Amino acid sequence: MSATPGTPVAQDVLARADRLQRGLGERFRDRMVETLYSEAERIAHRSVKATGSRKYDLDQRIDRIVTSPVLGLPLMLLMLGAVLWVTITGANVPSALLAKWLFALEDAASALFTQWGVPWWITGFVWHGVYRGLAWVVSVMLPPMMIFFPMFTILEDLGYLPRVAFNLDWLFKRAGAHGKQALTMAMGFGCNAAGVVATRIIDSPRERLIAILTNNFVPCNGRWPTLIMLATLFVAAAFPPLFASFAAAGAVVAVTLIGVGFTLAASWVLSRTMLKGEASAFTLELPPYRRPNVTRILYTSVIDRTIFVLWRAVLMAAPCGGLAWILGNIHAGGNSLMGHAAGFLDGPGRLIGLDGVILLAYVIAIPANEIVVPTIIMAYLSTGMMTEIDSLSELRSLLVDQHGWTLLTAVCLMLFSLLHNPCSTTIMTIWKETRSAKWTTVGAIMPLAIAFIVCFVVASFVRLVS
Amino acid sequence: MKSCDSCPAHAQLEQMGIALGRFDRVVALAGNPNTGKSSIFNALTGLRQHTGNWPGKTVTRAEGGFEFGGLRYKLVDLPGTYSLLSASQDEQIARDFILFGRPDCTVAVTDATALERNLNLVLQVLEITEKVVVCVNLLDEARRKGLEVDVRSLSRDLGVPAVGTVARTREGFAELLHAIAGVASGEIKTSPHRAPPPAEVRSAMDELLPLIESLAPGLPNARWVAYRLLEGDHRVRQALLSGELAGLSGDAETQTATVGAAR
Repeated sequence: MSATPGTPVAQDVLARADRLQRGLGERFRDRMVETLYSEAERIAHRSVKATGSRKYDLDQRIDRIVTSPVLGLPLMLLMLGAVLWVTITGANVPSALLAKWLFALEDAASALFTQWGVPWWITGFVWHGVYRGLAWVVSVMLPPMMIFFPMFTILEDLGYLPRVAFNLDWLFKRAGAHGKQALTMAMGFGCNAAGVVATRIIDSPRERLIAILTNNFVPCNGRWPTLIMLATLFVAAAFPPLFASFAAAGAVVAVTLIGVGFTLAASWVLSRTMLKGEASAFTLELPPYRRPNVTRILYTSVIDRTIFVLWRAVLMAAPCGGLAWILGNIHAGGNSLMGHAAGFLDGPGRLIGLDGVILLAYVIAIPANEIVVPTIIMAYLSTGMMTEIDSLSELRSLLVDQHGWTLLTAVCLMLFSLLHNPCSTTIMTIWKETRSAKWTTVGAIMPLAIAFIVCFVVASFVRLVS
Repeated sequence: MKSCDSCPAHAQLEQMGIALGRFDRVVALAGNPNTGKSSIFNALTGLRQHTGNWPGKTVTRAEGGFEFGGLRYKLVDLPGTYSLLSASQDEQIARDFILFGRPDCTVAVTDATALERNLNLVLQVLEITEKVVVCVNLLDEARRKGLEVDVRSLSRDLGVPAVGTVARTREGFAELLHAIAGVASGEIKTSPHRAPPPAEVRSAMDELLPLIESLAPGLPNARWVAYRLLEGDHRVRQALLSGELAGLSGDAETQTATVGAAR
C-alpha cells in the first residue's frame, strides 16, 4: 500500500486540488454537466431511430385531459366514485352469502358441541366468541377487498397515481408542504405505515415531518371496509333503492375528500406553527402509461393487500372475539364487565355522537383498525338479547332497533374512523422514521383530538338543528 | 464456433431469493427511477420487491441472489437516481455502493423510450467503474412508440456491452445474464467511453492525475477522482486521506479474492 492515513502526499494533493479549483472559477461545474449532456445526446441520436410516435401522442393527449386544470380534479373524483360504486354494489351479494354460510356453520358446530356434552362455556367461547368474531371479519371485509384492491392496483399499475399527485401538487404547495406529499398521501390510501415510510422521498426534514404527521387522515386498507359498510348500511338506506348505491359511493367519496381536506388543513397549520418554513420546489416525472400486468395485479391485490389485511384482522379478531365473549359473560354487580366498561365510556361517547361500546371498540382495536366494526358487533351481541344474527339486514336491525343507531351515529363513526389516531403499526413506524418521542406523540394525539372535536361539533350541530 | 455454454438456449438461471449464504460475485443495479430496475431484480432473484408505475418506489437498497453458470451472484437493487453528482440521500447511497462496494458488475438499467436522458447517468457510472453492462429496458414500450434502439451501435459508442430487454416477458434476459457473467469474470474486456472534459478542467485534472496515481497506483477511475477533488467532494476527499481510495486499486483478481474472503 502506498498511502497511510493522511500522509503528507495526500494532504498535498488536496491542497493542490483546492488551488486548482479556485483557478477554475464558478462555471466549471455547469460546463462539465453540459459536456455530459451533449455527449449523451450525441450517442442517443446515433442509436435511436424514430419510425413514428403514435403511442406518445396518445399518452400526451390522455395527460392533457387527466391533468388538466379544469377536468383533472373532477375526473379524479369520478374515478374514485366509480371504483367505490362497483365495490359497494358488487360486494353486497357475496357478503350476504358468506355471512349465511359462515353463521350456518356456527349454528351446526355449536349444536354438535352441545350434543356431545361439551360444557356451555367452552361452546360459547369457541363458537359464539372466537369463531363468530372471525366470521364477521371475513364476511364483512373479504368481498369489498377482493373488488376494491384489484381496481386500485390497476390504477397504480397504469401510472395514474403520479397524475393524482400532479393534480394535487398546487394544493400542497399552498399548504406550505412538499408537492411529493401528494404521492405519500396516495400511498397512505393503501396503508398509512407504508405512506409514512414513503416520505423518505421528501428531502426537506421539515416537509417530511408534515407529511408523516398528516398521513393518517386518508383512509387506509383497514378503514375502507368500515367506511364502505357504514355507507352501505346507513347512507344507502336513507335513499330510494334506485339511488342507494350511488348515495353510498358518494358518501365514501365525500369522507375521502374530508380526509384530504384535513391533511391539507393540518399541513397548513403545522407549516405555520410548529414547522415553519417555505415549500421547496421539485420535479415530478409523469411515467408513461403502461398496460397493467395481470398476474402482478392479482398477486399484489390478493396476496399483498387482501390476504395481508384479512390475516391481520383475523389475528386480531380471534382474541378480540374471545375477549368480548368473556367480558360479556362475566357478571359483576348485576352487569357484565363489558357493560361496565361501555357504561364508563358512554358519557364521552354520546357527547361525540357515538356510544360507550363504539369507543370501547376503538380502544380494543388500537392494534388494527380493521376490527372496529366486528368488535362493536361482538360487544352488542354479548350484551344484547339477540344472540342469533346471520344477515346484513339483521345486523342493521341490531344496530338501529336495539342500540339506537341513527344516520348521525353512522356519520360520526365514519368521521371518527377517518380522523382518529393511527393504528399501533403506524405509530411504531412514525417512531422508527423520526426517532423522536415528541413527534410520535404529536402524530398519535393530534388526530385523536381532531377526531373528538370534529365529531363533537357535528353531533352538537345536528342535535341543535333537529 | 460458439460453445454450448454461451448459447442463450442453454442459459440456466436459478433464483435464490434472499437465501444468499455465500456468493461469488456482486452485481449492482443502477439507473433512473421508473426504468424497471425492481422488475429486473424480481425476475432474476424470484423475490417480490414491490414494483409500481411511479418514480421513487425503491427508497432503500434491496438485496437478493441468483445462480448462473455455476456461480452465485448477489444482486443489489440501488435507489433510482437521475445523476450521481449531487448530494441527496439516494444518490449518495447509489454512488457509494458503485465506488466503495466495488461490485463485480454494475448493470445500468435504462428506459429505451428516453435513452438520451438515461445516458446521462450511464456516462456518470462509466466514469466510476469500467465493469458495466448497459441494459436497455422497456424495449416493448419503445416499439409501441415507434422507436428503434440499435444496441450494437450503443455498445460500440459506450465501450461496454449493451443488451435490449423487456423485463415483463424476460426478453433478452439470457443475453443480459451472459453479459453480466462475462464482465464480472473479466472475460469481456470493456473500454468505457469517457467524454473529454472542457479544456480548462482537463488541464487541472492532468495536473492532479499523476499525484493520485502515485497514491493509488492502478486506480481504475483516477480521472473521476481527480474531477471529484476539484468539485470538493467530501466523501472522496476523506477516502483519499484515509487510504480507502488506495485500497480500491490493484488488479481485479486479487480484489475479488480478498473481498470474497472478507464477506
